Amino acid sequence: MILVQDNRCDLCGTCVAVCPVDAIEVREADISIIHDKCIDCDICIWVCPIDVLSSDQKVEVTNE
Amino acid sequence: MSDYDVIVVGGGPAGSTAAYEAASRGAKTIILEKDRDIGYPVRCGEAVSDAGLRQFLEPQPEWIAAHINKISMRSPDNTQIAFRSDAVGYVLHRRIFDYALANRASQVGAEVQTRAYVDGLIMEDDSVKGVEYQYMGEKRKLTAKLVIAADGVESRVGRMAGMRTATKLKDMESAYQATVGNIDVDQELIDFYIGTNWAPGGYLWVFPKGNGMANVGLGVLGSLAKNYPSAHDLVHSFLKEHYPDATMLTSVCGGVPIAHTLKHITGNGIMLTGDAARMVHPVSGGGIISGMVGGQIAGQVAVESVNAGDVSRKGLESYPKRWRKAEGKTHEAIHRISETIKTITDDELDAIAHKLKSVPEEDRSILKVFTTVAVKKPKILLDVTRVFTGF
Ligand SMILES: Cc1cc2nc3c(=O)[nH]c(=O)nc-3n(C[C@H](O)[C@H](O)[C@H](O)COP(=O)(O)OP(=O)(O)OC[C@H]3O[C@@H](n4cnc5c(N)ncnc54)[C@H](O)[C@@H]3O)c2cc1C
Ligand code: SF4
Ligand code: SF4
Repeated sequence: MILVQDNRCDLCGTCVAVCPVDAIEVREADISIIHDKCIDCDICIWVCPIDVLSSDQKVEVTNE
Repeated sequence: MSDYDVIVVGGGPAGSTAAYEAASRGAKTIILEKDRDIGYPVRCGEAVSDAGLRQFLEPQPEWIAAHINKISMRSPDNTQIAFRSDAVGYVLHRRIFDYALANRASQVGAEVQTRAYVDGLIMEDDSVKGVEYQYMGEKRKLTAKLVIAADGVESRVGRMAGMRTATKLKDMESAYQATVGNIDVDQELIDFYIGTNWAPGGYLWVFPKGNGMANVGLGVLGSLAKNYPSAHDLVHSFLKEHYPDATMLTSVCGGVPIAHTLKHITGNGIMLTGDAARMVHPVSGGGIISGMVGGQIAGQVAVESVNAGDVSRKGLESYPKRWRKAEGKTHEAIHRISETIKTITDDELDAIAHKLKSVPEEDRSILKVFTTVAVKKPKILLDVTRVFTGF
């Protein structure tokens, strides 16, 4: 699940533009993630210019 | 009977230009803008060329923050190359400029509604017949013969009509900009910093904003962003190192789509324009003028199609054709060149800069740059030739 850090989103919509499944909504004063649509591809996390998105999925740790 | 002939979603340069064209040709037109203000927040470096602006209107002193007559580029090791430039330009006050564009549209009859967030489309027989929007928490509907989606990089209106508009990470710049005070920069020069150390897969810009102020920003290519600090962090470390006395007046982030225009920019009863159609110049990232060019054509075709009684995708087909002729075709070629540009390494950039440094300033031209780059990347010559010959 994609998490938005409280009150830190600048509402710029860059994440909306890259989301492949239209799972992000940015209005004048708030952002919401439509969790039912989200496929956890994480690209919104990487594209956010101010790093306010994160994922609560556990990072797989492998022993290489 | 529809409430309007044309509904324009988004009150940026593309939307206001489209609305102006439609309304001035007699179409009953309204702009719906989600924000409280037209033109604010300003997510933009605000640089435009004089020639670009003059295609539409006479530059007015109240929108102009700085007059530009010089360009320079810096390589990764900070070698600065200044260019001879006949092209003059401006750094705008977009907040005032965007107001002026929306006002121009309203003076020829377009209505403007702010705080109106479009969150759905009225569809009938596979065709767009209007929009649903929220005005201060209240749900409203308006019908129209045609909807022009000029809703910027964050565009969702096209998707609501089933169009594919998502941009790939490799075609998106993740950008951040600070407008700073107390900065000692040449107020007639726009300065670009190119290289991975400044802005991985993008560039850093310092654009003067008048009276000792400047827009300092950068874009990081989306597909590289995972491996580097965020655009925010890179701008702040740049300022700390190079302009430690600068003060933060505003900061914004934003996305710059550097793809070429979407394959489909029309559907039944709908047209996409500006950033929503990905009309930004794929190398410079400039989208003010190209958005206005797109908006202008969209507004004209809108009226022609409404008057002809055919707003189907077929009825709107002159829009993508005219856009492609005006700029789209060039953007496709430039987008291809940009793929080659992205393969130039930092060492090669420094070598190119050192080479150009030895050329007298009055002989440095864009052509000289290309020929110097071509020594390192011969493929670029082929690509550039294609741009000028129209492949
Ligand atoms: C950091 C940065 C720097 C840039 N620097 C430059 C530069 O120096 N020069 C240049 O030429 N270009 C620059 N650009 C690009 C330029 O800002 C854009 O290309 C330009 O603003 C596009 O105009 P537009 O009208 O298509 O979209 P916008 O100006 O983005 O306008 C779209 C409008 O639609 C509204 N909207 C969105 N969704 C909805 C909805 N659902 N309902 C109602 N309204 C909605 C938005 O609030 C917005 O006001 C820069 C971009 C960024 C991010
Ligand atoms: S993780 Fe992927 S699908 Fe989910 S909101 Fe982000 S971009 Fe969209
Ligand atoms: S990219 Fe980041 S700042 Fe911009 S709207 Fe998305 S979460 Fe907010």
